Amino acid sequence: MSASPAGALVRSPGYWVAVLRRFARDPVAIGAAAVVLGLILMAVFAPWLAPQDPLQGMTLKRLRPPGTEGHLLGTDELGRDMLSRLIHGARISLFMGIVPVFTALLAGAAIGIVAGYAGGWTNSLLMRTMDVFFAFPSVLLAVALAGALGPGILNSIIALTLVFVPPIARVAESVTTGVRSRDYVEAAKASGAGALTIIRKHVLGNVLGPIFVYAMSLIAVCMILASGLSFLGLGVKPPMPDWGLMLNTLRTAIYTQPLLCALPGVMIFITSISFNIMTDGLRSAMDIKA
Amino acid sequence: MFAYAIKRTLFTLPIMLGVSLVCFALVHLAPGDPLVSVLPPDASQAIKEQMMALYGFDRPYLEQFARWLARVAQGDLGTSIRTGRPVSLEIGKAVGNTLMIAALATLIGFVLGTLFGFVAGYFRDSWLDKAASAAAVFGVSVPHYWLGMILVIIFAVQLGWLPPTGAGPGGSEAWVWDWVHVQHLILPAVTMSVIPMGIIARTVRALVAEILSQEFVAGLRAKGLSESGVFGHVVKNAAPTALAVMGIQLGYLLGGSILIETVFSWPGSGLLLNDAIFQRDLPLLQGTILVLALFFVVLNLVVDVMQTTLDPRIQRA
Repeated sequence: MSASPAGALVRSPGYWVAVLRRFARDPVAIGAAAVVLGLILMAVFAPWLAPQDPLQGMTLKRLRPPGTEGHLLGTDELGRDMLSRLIHGARISLFMGIVPVFTALLAGAAIGIVAGYAGGWTNSLLMRTMDVFFAFPSVLLAVALAGALGPGILNSIIALTLVFVPPIARVAESVTTGVRSRDYVEAAKASGAGALTIIRKHVLGNVLGPIFVYAMSLIAVCMILASGLSFLGLGVKPPMPDWGLMLNTLRTAIYTQPLLCALPGVMIFITSISFNIMTDGLRSAMDIKA
Repeated sequence: MFAYAIKRTLFTLPIMLGVSLVCFALVHLAPGDPLVSVLPPDASQAIKEQMMALYGFDRPYLEQFARWLARVAQGDLGTSIRTGRPVSLEIGKAVGNTLMIAALATLIGFVLGTLFGFVAGYFRDSWLDKAASAAAVFGVSVPHYWLGMILVIIFAVQLGWLPPTGAGPGGSEAWVWDWVHVQHLILPAVTMSVIPMGIIARTVRALVAEILSQEFVAGLRAKGLSESGVFGHVVKNAAPTALAVMGIQLGYLLGGSILIETVFSWPGSGLLLNDAIFQRDLPLLQGTILVLALFFVVLNLVVDVMQTTLDPRIQRA
């Protein structure tokens, strides 16, 4: 998230003001951004918002339907309050959607910039390696890595990061290659600027904008993939309240409490569609073609 | 074109080698003993070593990789640790089942996606565009495994119209093309189709809008060509890209079928992968991932070559 101010400083300040102004004129995108903000606030203040302990259940009150007294959204298969679990679920679910994209942004940008700036065999070596990982369908790669490494939050983050590094590196590499041959880079070289200075002053400013917006669009994908891993039992481990994992454990109740076991998916859906609409709005405000 | 196809194929070979290396390395990423799932916990050291030697796990990595690659090249993917059957046999049956739902889903997704995309691109910023674009955003945002559960709740649990899981009555896995079996195909395929629907709709919308803004369209209209005539030109211009996206989507569905197949207990490659992971059947895991990934690579190659053939504007040296 620190990428945006850095990019804004290097670009002329007028550009981002114009983007924000255009974004503000899109009511749907603003609405989606408000939902995203609300979800983030819900995650941050979960302990204060949740009416009950998300981990403490009463086995006598298992699988109560939404609307039960004292449990607005019912209780899960271990008698834990659904509303509290859904609120707390925002923490780990948003974390798993954002962190892998952010780490992939750092690694992918670094790889792409080095490959694009160095060119030659360094470029070939790095980008052909990326091509190999790119050759896997994303779900397959995530499942294969998480399956081999074993379940757990850290392993899921590693698996998902590896899924998103190649596409980000590709974008960074192509922008960097384009910038490298510009006259102002030649001029900077001629006046004695080192590679690091040129990358910091000229390459980063051009690269960060596009890859930041691209990375934003990956957050929804990452959320769905991460919840998918948890749903399969390859991600977050019980008893942690993760929306994907909750879908998995409530699946057995599909015949008795169908409404109850659909609830965690509603949260995943609201989050991913809000991120998608917000990013779409940002793209059109920045005039980037889909 | 032919020269391009050969060149493109040659470029694909190192990728395939890299993909094989990743698949091979996956097994060694796995923590613990690769034989932990077959041997009883109290197995003696001698038996353990004997089994390690039998599967070749006692050799250096590079030698193991070379031996594995040589066997794979001959179509031998090893033996499943759990079932004792050849991995290639298990995969062949499963991939066939996955191909059925994936192909049907791609077809549904393509038909609906192009329809929504054309409507949205043609009537930009109208309410039709908004509705079609909303359907597209729904398609790319909905967690499809959850949508599958919802459809099961509605059509299997509440209405009782369609079977909730499996590929045949009573859990049988032998496929026959009759209504009893085809019923089982509907929910998984429809669930899967929302992803290609959303992606194709978005691509086609952008394509159509872009084509309509080009000068030749204004030229055609100025010349007095009917709207249906103009439409024909738009279709012709949009087709190669739309078809290419469809091809790639089929590959994504085939490789990513694990979630849908888990929801519907559909006996395809995804469910096989799931079993292989949780039963720690490493040869099966390795083989399934390799076959699905190589299939994706080959599909990409075919799509790329076909697109170049269909669209002579693409000049690829």
